[in-house]
Amino acid sequence: MIWAAIALVAAGCYAVKLLGLSVPAAVLERPMVRRLAALVPIATLAGLIALQTFGEGRTPVVDARAAGLAAAAAALLLRAPFLVVVAAAVVVTAAVRALTG
Amino acid sequence: MTASPTQTGPPPPKPRAAVVRDALGVGITVGLSGFVFGVTSSGAGLSVAQTCALSLLVFTGASQFALVGAIGAGGAPFAAAAGALFLGARNAFYGLRLSQLLALPAAVRPLAAQWVIDETSAVALAQPDRAAARLGFTVTGVSLYLGWNVTTLLGALGASALGDPSAWGLDAAGPAVFLALLASMMRGGNSRGSWRRIRERPEPVTALAAAVLTLASLPILPAGVPILVAALAAPAVLVVNRRRRDLS
Repeated sequence: MIWAAIALVAAGCYAVKLLGLSVPAAVLERPMVRRLAALVPIATLAGLIALQTFGEGRTPVVDARAAGLAAAAAALLLRAPFLVVVAAAVVVTAAVRALTG
Repeated sequence: MTASPTQTGPPPPKPRAAVVRDALGVGITVGLSGFVFGVTSSGAGLSVAQTCALSLLVFTGASQFALVGAIGAGGAPFAAAAGALFLGARNAFYGLRLSQLLALPAAVRPLAAQWVIDETSAVALAQPDRAAARLGFTVTGVSLYLGWNVTTLLGALGASALGDPSAWGLDAAGPAVFLALLASMMRGGNSRGSWRRIRERPEPVTALAAAVLTLASLPILPAGVPILVAALAAPAVLVVNRRRRDLS
């Protein structure tokens, strides 16, 4: 099942990339399509952040990951490079977990 | 030689070395973060082969993290795939802008398509002319593809040595990656000239609505489905905005 999902995502993502390079601009240049295309990834990313930070099985919880995400947000506000942002989240989450047991 | 204020005409071409330096900087930095993906994917229960297949064949980070995150959380693989595909859809719009900028021959397009992602587009679109854009796209694409795949393998192999990834805080890496991507997308919305006040822009309210929808639907919907509900925030915000404009 996991292999099937990987194949689906690989084929779908490649098709989408090739589509963008190949179709005439007019097809995708409609204002509503453009606006939706800009917003759907933002909605999906925000949903994933919420899910992976506050989701524990099927219950919302606040734990060490929330502190890690806050650290990442702080690093972003300080214009830290990408890897530093990720490292801040990882280190703070591990530290909070170690301290609170 | 200094340019006089009255001088017109195209700017001098950007030196190739400068393009290569910019492109390598992005390619290597982001390529290194494949390590985080490798570890995260292993922690979510995917095999080394599955993890490497994702980086080789999918090669668009947000979709990869979304897929393994959803599988790790116990989501149905096909619901997880749908979330990953939603995220991958934005690459079509990069491709659209790149096809005009790079003017690739038809024979090269299927090969170049795999490299149409956030970072290569950002580098290529930032170049002043077609030659620099092609060079930037190629160097970023090659260095990122190599780096991302080698570090994915190392991360997947290393994950077994690390043991429980959550003890190292690595379960926070995925959300942090998404937050960094989200921040760059929000900034991207600003750079298009018409600077609207943040309150009037649809991005922050879409992100907030999506987060709330996800957490609200988490206890009541099967695993993997809340993220599809989150995507509905985008058309919902557009419809509400349009109605508000019509009323005012």
